[in-house]
Amino acid sequence: MRIVIQGGRVIDPTHRTDRVADLFIADDKIASLGQAPAGFIPEQVIDARRQVVCPGLIDLCARLREPGQEYKATIASETAAAAGGGITTLVCPPDTDPPIDEPAVIEWIRRRAKAAGQARVLALGALTHRLRGERLAEMAALKESGCVGVSDGGRPIVNTRVLRRALEYAATFNLTVFLTPVDPELGHGLAHEGQVATRMGLPGVRLRRKPA
Amino acid sequence: MSALSIQLDPQGRLRHFLTVEGLTRRHLTDILDTAESLHGVAERRVKKLPTLHGKTVVNLFFEASTRTRTTFELAAKRLSADVLTLNIATSSAVKGESLLDTLRNIEAMQCDMFVVRHQQSGAAEFIARHVKPHIAVLNAGDGRHAHPTQAMLDVFTIRRHKPDFPNLRVAIVGDILHSRVARSLIHALSILGTGDLRVIAPRTLLPTQVENLGVQVFHRLREGLRDVDVVVMLRLQRERMEGALLPSEQEFFQQYGLTEERLALAHPDAMVMHPGPINRGVEIDSRVADGSRSVILEQVTNGIAVRMAIMSITLGYQARSAGEDA
Repeated sequence: MRIVIQGGRVIDPTHRTDRVADLFIADDKIASLGQAPAGFIPEQVIDARRQVVCPGLIDLCARLREPGQEYKATIASETAAAAGGGITTLVCPPDTDPPIDEPAVIEWIRRRAKAAGQARVLALGALTHRLRGERLAEMAALKESGCVGVSDGGRPIVNTRVLRRALEYAATFNLTVFLTPVDPELGHGLAHEGQVATRMGLPGVRLRRKPA
Repeated sequence: MSALSIQLDPQGRLRHFLTVEGLTRRHLTDILDTAESLHGVAERRVKKLPTLHGKTVVNLFFEASTRTRTTFELAAKRLSADVLTLNIATSSAVKGESLLDTLRNIEAMQCDMFVVRHQQSGAAEFIARHVKPHIAVLNAGDGRHAHPTQAMLDVFTIRRHKPDFPNLRVAIVGDILHSRVARSLIHALSILGTGDLRVIAPRTLLPTQVENLGVQVFHRLREGLRDVDVVVMLRLQRERMEGALLPSEQEFFQQYGLTEERLALAHPDAMVMHPGPINRGVEIDSRVADGSRSVILEQVTNGIAVRMAIMSITLGYQARSAGEDA
């Protein structure tokens, strides 16, 4: 299958490219940019004028609501929406219900994502057991079953000793850790603290804090 | 003054045995050679030597122990000493008596040797500093610091099978952070010139800058075990999960447990050691613990001869000593 994507603004930071050009694709691979390869006869022409043509975007934190909150969304609906917006890979945090703190949950998500056939789904495993910030999660087992990093979702780990051990344990297995730098006591709220929150009557989250 | 300086007399001979760190190769080989000469005593019809006849040895155990306490007791008895064992964990320390007061009282009973186990690092050295000059103090384990007699029985066991230390690869696996056995064994093997010394553990179970003790650090069992001649497994205490050091026993066994399959990565005639007590299915699989490569029970047997040797040497009953021809 030969495709030409015509007239789009091609952005590819890896190759320091940002210009309007035609992109030629043959057999699922980029054949050339700008000039058509010799003898290239496209079977499909995509008009990309006023559009951006770029490598698939990766969303590092996409809550797919499954398992646990299927009434809000499903892996199928979220991966379809992502693909529609040019996001080809989603990384879902572990704060599902049940949380991603055991290999079976990762396996379940992987199967659902594959069945949906839209954007690729990668999972973050839990940093602590049940995301409670008390005991370490079985990170080595999670890594072996395919998680690409570990995190406690949006929950900060209050106990700094547990946090230190969790970081050391994750480093043992070369796992990337996603942390939320929020003090849970100060971080409650719905809007940034300020005149908008005051006017709208929303509990504010204080922004400018001095580091502890 | 360090533990080293108080455990040697002005001639450089051992008068206490508190730590392996800082001793010379000669000190260690003297203990090993003496232990070798005493090793046959257990096979005799009369399992006794008169060496310490008339001496009184007091086992001061402030912390629970089975192997160490009983083998020290047997070692003293085989040397004809009178032995008193005090489990102070269940004695007057509970009533609030200070360590020094306990010591003074037992000292007043005219003893010649204290064998001390205590949960605090440095306790044996503290006692050695405060006892009367004629009393020898042997460290039977102090906190995370040292367990020098265990280290000596380990190197004794290794030497009986594989005496070529410069060409030896040794891996110590597990909870290095809390292990006095690991610390003493690393010192002993280094002093004997061990060619390749490794520790294998997750970062949470490794003390800071452990590589400065002269070991290579591995986080993966499969990588660390490659071609080793000796595998020393350490006990994993179950309370480690609570301190957020490990997720679970299952994961520890999955990552660091010694199984036959993993042992196959080591040298074909690699030997497996463990200071005991073992947790089957946590750090070691039963088939390995009870298998042909295991010398775990031999270590226990050797502990008696090694402790006899150390008791004899520190009380001055040895023809040649490290200092005399140094």
